Amino acid sequence: MTTLLTAGGIALVIFVFSAVLMLANGLEKTLVGTGSEKNAIVVRQGAESEFMSMLDRNAANIIKSQPEIAVDPEGKRLAASEVVVLINLPKRGTNKPSHVQIRGVSPESLTMRPQVKLAAGRLWRPGLSEVIVGRAVAERFRGIGLGETVRFGMRDWTVVGLFEAEGAGFESEIWTDAEQLVQAFRRPVFSSITLQLASPGDYSTLKSRLESDPRLTVEVEREKEYYAKQSEMLATFIRVLGIFVTVIFSLGAMIGAMITMYASVANRTTEIGTMRALGFPRRSILIAFLFESLFLALIGGGLGILLASSLQFFTVSTTNFATFSELAFRFVLSPAIIIESLTFSLAMGFFGGFLPAFQASRQRIVEAFRAS
Amino acid sequence: MADPLIELVDVSKSYYRDSLEIPVLQNISMTVPEGEFLALMGPSGSGKTTLLNLIAGIDRPTRGILRVAGTELGRLSESELARWRSRTIGFIFQFYNLLPVLTALENVELPLLLTPLSKKDRREHAAVALELVGLADRVDHYPKQLSGGQEQRVAIARAIVTDPTLLLADEPTGDLDRTSAEEIMNLLGRLNAEFRKTILIVTHDPRAAERARKVIHLDKGAFA
Repeated sequence: MTTLLTAGGIALVIFVFSAVLMLANGLEKTLVGTGSEKNAIVVRQGAESEFMSMLDRNAANIIKSQPEIAVDPEGKRLAASEVVVLINLPKRGTNKPSHVQIRGVSPESLTMRPQVKLAAGRLWRPGLSEVIVGRAVAERFRGIGLGETVRFGMRDWTVVGLFEAEGAGFESEIWTDAEQLVQAFRRPVFSSITLQLASPGDYSTLKSRLESDPRLTVEVEREKEYYAKQSEMLATFIRVLGIFVTVIFSLGAMIGAMITMYASVANRTTEIGTMRALGFPRRSILIAFLFESLFLALIGGGLGILLASSLQFFTVSTTNFATFSELAFRFVLSPAIIIESLTFSLAMGFFGGFLPAFQASRQRIVEAFRAS
Repeated sequence: MADPLIELVDVSKSYYRDSLEIPVLQNISMTVPEGEFLALMGPSGSGKTTLLNLIAGIDRPTRGILRVAGTELGRLSESELARWRSRTIGFIFQFYNLLPVLTALENVELPLLLTPLSKKDRREHAAVALELVGLADRVDHYPKQLSGGQEQRVAIARAIVTDPTLLLADEPTGDLDRTSAEEIMNLLGRLNAEFRKTILIVTHDPRAAERARKVIHLDKGAFA
């Protein structure tokens, strides 16, 4: 029973440990998956995110005229001026308001992000106050379902479509026509320009030209790197906090393992004495008990990972520090997390089992028999 | 004349409780030739088990010289002593001390894990030892599935499987009924007579002691 409880304690610690790593991993996967290797994003110099960036129409035109930009089969340049704004919407269940990011896009935006696919309804019509809503937003917020009307920018907007984006961060956004959004919010500027490179090798040339252009004060980044950077701070925060908490928990689990192993040693003094009398060296006793403790920890670790893997079916959301908007993401288990969790459980087994195993190995044979 | 298998010269053993010395054996000198079947008798607390433990190399004398099978045990380190025990001594315990999670065959195989034998050879040796003690049909039985007499026979098989020079038994019949005790003593007698094993037993049981070729009495840590 004690053994089972100890394995259970270790399982719980590993559950929390794996869950935290899965959370950080899921966040990274969501944001990194948002960007594409082929695309680059241009924002105002020093802007940490699109939300803090402003590019006027003149700058946008200069950026969109660069020769490195890819052209679609119809001869249109694949560059989109985009604008992002935040609105408050009530969350389902709690009814508490939370920030949602609205992205004003152009038809090229959809071409450059092939992962964005309409799941229901249709696209907005140019000139109308219509929006399409990401799956995660529709699931987590009230009054934003297909056919419903949402008010922002002093207008009523009709939800005409729902879209998916293979789990990427776009699913936590509302999309509409950039020109309509600019007018509604009376913003004469865009937030960013996203463009597709004709060849990925053109990136350095484009970057150095735009960043040294005296008419512009911009920064150019690969879209994937831009989103990866956005995930960095929050993922690190989750990891550091989570690991700190689990390390504290693990002290309890290690003490549990130690108590179990001490009890195990106490119950088997005759066995220890017999093995030593038969000629087994102290080292063998130490290894045998340590192995038992590691095995116990490994069972606990495996159980914890199994429990944590069930979290993959859940989606959670948090405020993205970089954009201040709600971002939905999943717990994502990876082979690296499994290895890290098992290593952590083995470490608990080792540190919890070492002292009892050492005590067992130092037991004098005569005393072992006398104790029994 | 050949060297004795066991030689004790002025061996004393004391235990300490806090700073108080409790003498258990005092200036014991004795020799035991190879092939002997010796019984150590004496009342509880006379020091018989302590003497047996010293000869087995599982305890160390406080004073004196102890030489067994040509090795002066006082000169050996802990790990050397463990290695020496595995090669030289076969130990039979009063309560058998079989590992409950192992079958009879696995229990007998245990000391062979310290030898370079392959698993197949280990299994073969263990099976032969069990056959010798008359338990060829109990190889896959766990200790709890065996009678006390059978358990002690498994313990004897475990003691002889490495073909040790010396068999030491601490009250080998102490936990058995008369018939089983008789069987165990017959078996030990056979190992001494047929296989020339030197055997030293500690016993309270005069019937068991009768089977030995020589009986020594201990009282208050000295030969009576």
